[in-house]
Amino acid sequence: MATTQSRTLAKIMLFPSVSLLLAWMIVPLCMTLYFSVLDYNLLMPGDNEFIGFLNYEFFLTDPAFIESFFNTLLLVGGVLFITICGGIGLAVLLDQAIWGRNYVRIMVLAPFFVMPTVSALVWKNMFMNPVNGLFAHFAEFIGVTPIDFFAELPLLSIIIIVSWQWLPFAALILLTAIQSLDREQLEAADLDGAGPWSKFVYIVLPHLSRAVTAVILIETIFLLSIFAEILVTTSGGPGYSSTNITYLIYTQSLLQFDVGGGSAGGIVAVVIANIVAIFLMRLIGKNLEG
Amino acid sequence: MAIKDTNKSKLIYTLAAWTVSGMIFFPILWTIITSFKTESEAISASPSLFMFDWTLENYAEVLSRSPYFDHFMNSVVISLGASLLGLLIAIPAAWSMAFVQTKRTKNLLMWMLSTKMLPPVGVLIPIYLLFRDFGLLDTRIGLVIVMTLINLPIMVWMLYTYFREIPNEILEAARMDGAGIKQEIFQVLLPIALPGIASTLLLNVILAWNEAFWTLILTAANAAPLTAFIASYSSPEGLFYAKLSAASVMAVVPILILGWFSQKQLVRGLSFGAVK
Repeated sequence: MATTQSRTLAKIMLFPSVSLLLAWMIVPLCMTLYFSVLDYNLLMPGDNEFIGFLNYEFFLTDPAFIESFFNTLLLVGGVLFITICGGIGLAVLLDQAIWGRNYVRIMVLAPFFVMPTVSALVWKNMFMNPVNGLFAHFAEFIGVTPIDFFAELPLLSIIIIVSWQWLPFAALILLTAIQSLDREQLEAADLDGAGPWSKFVYIVLPHLSRAVTAVILIETIFLLSIFAEILVTTSGGPGYSSTNITYLIYTQSLLQFDVGGGSAGGIVAVVIANIVAIFLMRLIGKNLEG
Repeated sequence: MAIKDTNKSKLIYTLAAWTVSGMIFFPILWTIITSFKTESEAISASPSLFMFDWTLENYAEVLSRSPYFDHFMNSVVISLGASLLGLLIAIPAAWSMAFVQTKRTKNLLMWMLSTKMLPPVGVLIPIYLLFRDFGLLDTRIGLVIVMTLINLPIMVWMLYTYFREIPNEILEAARMDGAGIKQEIFQVLLPIALPGIASTLLLNVILAWNEAFWTLILTAANAAPLTAFIASYSSPEGLFYAKLSAASVMAVVPILILGWFSQKQLVRGLSFGAVK
């Protein structure tokens, strides 16, 4: 019974959200596009002349970009690997009949709610510090040389911290998916004499495939933009060894004030994120129909 | 025999689950414990879990020596302000999409979600320059605007899924009884939708509280919420473990408690409907 009146009203009610999001997306993005073809540096006031794709050429051929591109791949890939494997394990474990399941759930979920700067600083100082950190104490206790995490393994250290933050998300989503599994299927498999492993491989894993895809895509969107954890631990160093694309663009834009180069980098980042987003949108679209 | 077997496997699973979850939770537990130690105990080479002189001096010192409370209030104002403002904008949009569906509703919803997938560095420079030109850098109002906009897609999406669960028959019955559109919204729809609205508010307060890209870039001394203030502990204050812990506990624990209430909303809000 949607009357013309309620249709008009619906449009009016949609207007603020749509126009605000449109403005938030289109206006700055167009500005970034515009800046990216200018010779524009805040420290060198000039006439900001048009230089075509020169900024893109400089950005894409910069050794720092190549290095941070591969760092980004390693960071995202490493965290995905740890959180998906760990998440599946945790989801299966939490799906069992156990005592105190609510407390276990609360403990597993907790890291997700810790703000990024706190997680990063707590791990950096209290666990990974080569002199007073807990890992260093433990290494000395068992008689090995403590590792100077952020000097020797900066990227891996960040992968560990970020994985700790995102493991709860993966576990929670996958647990939700497991709980929607048809129990009769498992009972039937039991009657056919299937062991726990074959039940896991042939029933649970296929059932989880869609949820795993979703977790991979959603996490990738967020992990491409990891920033705070790098800023407060390594500041991208030593050298560029823990700089990802997001952090590289930040240094170029706000530390070197290279508006043109930073904008070109921003557009590159948008293109990379869009490739992932297309797949995620397809998955969402399918679910919205079904 | 069978009962014994199930009990045995339950025990094994319980032990495994508690061990793993204990390890995952340990960094938080350790931070809480360290916040009650003295600095020398905090860096002791033979650290103790419980056997030390518990003290509150770190909390007193963090609160008295630094403008901690101001930053705490910034966090409260920004996250709550942005979430309430977001609700005000998102509720009408979600209402109209859920109850007056057209051919374009699905595409519109997907487009809104897609804006959440835009990487912040793609708009970093324009936002920074616009903020500078409009005098919004390092102001609470500036951050409220940004936070509202970045979380708006999630809010509309969550509210839409909650509103869709409201059976149409209830609305139709209200219309049969001659309820106008105002009555329909305020007397029928809102009371049923209130739990969903509260959940949306809760999750978005949490997301805004923990947001750590724009807060670090757009604020300095005045409007910095806790995410940005804690970042200033990176060095050398970060080496004072007990004080770092106390500052961290005060920043994290309130939101941790809220978070435990929002487990289900987390799946709904952050899976973008890609998981059912």
